[in-house]
Amino acid sequence: MAENKKNIQKNDEEKIQETRDKFLKDHNKKRRVETPEGRVIEVDPMKDYFSDERPTRKDPHKGVIEKFLNWARSESIWVLGFGTGCGSIEIPPLTTPRFDMFRFGVAMRPTPRQSSALIISGYLSVKTLKRAIRSYEQMMQPKFVLALGSCTINGGMYWDSYNTINRVDHYMPVDVYVAGCMPRPEALLAGFNQLKKRIREGRAEGANQYAEHFDWYKANQKKIIKDWNMPDYNW
Amino acid sequence: MDLLTRVLFTLLGLFIILNWGLLMNAIMRKLTARVARRVGIRWYQPWINLVKLYSNRNAISHGVMFQLGPVFRMMGGVGLFIFMPLIYGSEAFSNFSFAGDLVIILYIKFFGMLGMALGAGEGGHPYSAMGVSRGLSQVTTVELPFALAIIALAVQYNTLSLHEIVAAQQGGIANWTLLTNPIATLAAVLSMLGVFMHSPFDLVKAPNEIPIGPPTEYHSSYLGILRTNAAILHVIEAVLYMNLFFGGATSWPILIVKTFLIYFFSIFVGVVFPRFKIEHSVRWFLKVPLALGIIAIILIL
Repeated sequence: MAENKKNIQKNDEEKIQETRDKFLKDHNKKRRVETPEGRVIEVDPMKDYFSDERPTRKDPHKGVIEKFLNWARSESIWVLGFGTGCGSIEIPPLTTPRFDMFRFGVAMRPTPRQSSALIISGYLSVKTLKRAIRSYEQMMQPKFVLALGSCTINGGMYWDSYNTINRVDHYMPVDVYVAGCMPRPEALLAGFNQLKKRIREGRAEGANQYAEHFDWYKANQKKIIKDWNMPDYNW
Repeated sequence: MDLLTRVLFTLLGLFIILNWGLLMNAIMRKLTARVARRVGIRWYQPWINLVKLYSNRNAISHGVMFQLGPVFRMMGGVGLFIFMPLIYGSEAFSNFSFAGDLVIILYIKFFGMLGMALGAGEGGHPYSAMGVSRGLSQVTTVELPFALAIIALAVQYNTLSLHEIVAAQQGGIANWTLLTNPIATLAAVLSMLGVFMHSPFDLVKAPNEIPIGPPTEYHSSYLGILRTNAAILHVIEAVLYMNLFFGGATSWPILIVKTFLIYFFSIFVGVVFPRFKIEHSVRWFLKVPLALGIIAIILIL
């Protein structure tokens, strides 16, 4: 398994370097520019503007403290307002009087920096996968992923589609799957409760898993995304 | 009372104000939820949110000013608290108010906003910049009628000390500024809607439109500090209005009831009216409250 991972990485790295220069936008390419004072300097925007530091494992506290913190995390789940597929239409009803997710401590946040949960709501096309990865990596640890619908489990009705991925957990660690096509908002609420249970038990360590198996996840992502024109890791 | 006891009582007051602010936020969110026929959040949700934010395992920085932004904002809230007399007649809860505290309170009110603007600017997010430009333009127009109302009050009571203004209003509702100077009160209370930044004047944070404005890039404990400060600030601004116009408070229960009602007014307006665009809100503040403020000044002279 480990050798296999390394091989995937080695073969792909050369390809990635080629494709990266090909797909990078002009203003993101490494180049020499003249400053207003007349000096010529070299800029590499992918290094200058973005941090390419790898994610690291953040160890949880021990004993009662971590239990209490996990309880707080489970009772305050902030979901990133990010709709990927047809399933995103099932999220807005949760804020209405009929379903009302606020009573469970679930709220929507508009920015990945403040969110703790990402919902992959339905099929994930290759184009959207890129955005989902960027959003996931910008979230703060600990972070949780809730995958909604059959498409995220095995591709569902898009299993042989040319531009839709089949299994989300090859690209980012998933905590809870909600099956169905489409699952109703009640199912999503049940999924939230399942996620809460998982967090309270201390099993929702997806971010640490992502950091530990970073190379494997990256190799998988790069196999799918041919026009990789962003930094390897997005802070 | 020696300095140490004074500091301890000030910290106790801060603790009470912080918790009352969090509880008040929860109650108000619950009320808005009930208006929409929802169950709404649990009453202890703000505390959980704070614990969660402070216990996030990592936080990133965009630079020194980015880190100082929440600190400046906190300084605005706590600074306002330090110079604000809370309970009339109680030496312990008069904090560090002095003869000219009204002037320094007006200054500190704006200081937090400016610090936050610098910090959010370094975050580099375009939505932060939009939020900051909207926020500063709205707050500038809000301050105008409020400053005029305060000048009217200073002339009326012939003092710049909050303590003396509260003292002049003791002895029944008939002595409150609300009845002795209703036009200045109206100007200030209308500008208060812009201070609390609820609907219809919530375009600065504009949930659902530009993601939450200036604090877009803030997360983890940075956001925790901002939220802690928001809880303090909401109560302490209500206390400022209470001291200036509604007779101050002689005990904690009276303070709690009065701040609740003052804050509730802005929520009540927010539930009824939808959001204004920034040019509409700026124009509105420059029309009705400003005109009232000028009339108040003319009448008092």
